[in-house]
Amino acid sequence: MKRILSLVFFCVLPALCLFAGSSDWLAHVPARDRQKSNPYHDRPEAVAAGRLLFSEHCAQCHGDDASGKGKKPSVRTERVQSVATEGDLHWLLVNGNIRRGMPSWSKLPDQQLWQLVRYLKSLH
Amino acid sequence: MLTISPRFLGALILLLGLTRACSAQERPYFVTYSHEMEEPGNLEIETYSAVGRPPSGNRFLGNATELEYGIKAWWTTEFYLDNSAVAADSTVFTGFRWEHRFRPLAREHWINPVLYAEFENINGADKSLKEVVGHDGVPDFFAPNALTRPEKLREMELKLILGSNFKGWNVSENFIAEKNLDNSPWEFGYALAASRPLKLAADAKKCAFCARRFAAGIEMYGGLGDRYTFGLHNTSHYLGPAMNWSAPAGFTVSFSPQFGLNDYSLSRLYRFGISYEIAQVLEKMGFHRSQEGQKK
Repeated sequence: MKRILSLVFFCVLPALCLFAGSSDWLAHVPARDRQKSNPYHDRPEAVAAGRLLFSEHCAQCHGDDASGKGKKPSVRTERVQSVATEGDLHWLLVNGNIRRGMPSWSKLPDQQLWQLVRYLKSLH
Repeated sequence: MLTISPRFLGALILLLGLTRACSAQERPYFVTYSHEMEEPGNLEIETYSAVGRPPSGNRFLGNATELEYGIKAWWTTEFYLDNSAVAADSTVFTGFRWEHRFRPLAREHWINPVLYAEFENINGADKSLKEVVGHDGVPDFFAPNALTRPEKLREMELKLILGSNFKGWNVSENFIAEKNLDNSPWEFGYALAASRPLKLAADAKKCAFCARRFAAGIEMYGGLGDRYTFGLHNTSHYLGPAMNWSAPAGFTVSFSPQFGLNDYSLSRLYRFGISYEIAQVLEKMGFHRSQEGQKK
């Protein structure tokens, strides 16, 4: 029994985790999520709320001005600002890019995620 | 009872003042785990206590001090130091626990599994009640520390954690299997919880006491017997509301009064906890974590 427990602990669990992730997140966003519209799109106060949420949850890795920090990427890039839709960014926040170190933020309510997306899109 | 020297407290406050905190947004649960992992690179320092009194027995305080670190976005580890204090008896260190949580699926689903493995090296005087399994119940609280402390409990605990987030609600279910490595049968338990922030959208202004910083919910947990006596006979079960407040400075304060659901349970338990999250702790200490990907 001890041998089985050791096998589970040291081999099976880490092996399962090797499959936890993908590289190019944008290629994996389902069409339905990409086309989602932001319920806060026409509400300018959402940018201020999103800025506050960014400083609480995101600035620790992406920097206070969102231009990256150390090896953590900028979110002011062309890819985030122009290529990705608001739906894409919402999908990224919900799912994360776990293999690449970006955690899922599904613990934040959907409303706050959309406010964050609104702020991110206001940075260009 | 535990005492903290003013010098230690001053050093702790200085350390916390020098570090940058982040808003933790924790769930208000004490026993139940949600599927949400610690953010990679973040360190959370927590202390959780349970206060109760067995019928005709002495009041006790069980405490666990925890260090929780996000190694990867899919891997969180946590180290606990436990102690217990019993009125008219003694305060004793009761051992340590080391756990790992793994998130096997990359995406968020309707139900999200997390695999949990923990090694415990504690003794029989432990009253932190981090989980209730097997036939844990009122009789465990009567014996004095001098008798229970020599009892070594080297245990492995496995959990299947399931969690869902829907419309601001979090619903979490834990299935627990624990085995004393000293040739005892597997013991089983469960924990269920649901919670929601009081407000879902954020305000545009900074606030310390706005509704979104408070979360409230309900938690229930108990034992399910062991391999040979599986079921509800001679098992204890608790149910109670749970609430917390996530302060802007990175502190989270939690409280839960819990009520025993049968005679084998303590009639009341009061749980309270405080945690503090330090963002990117290794970078602050001069270590730079390697990041696999930079493209956002």
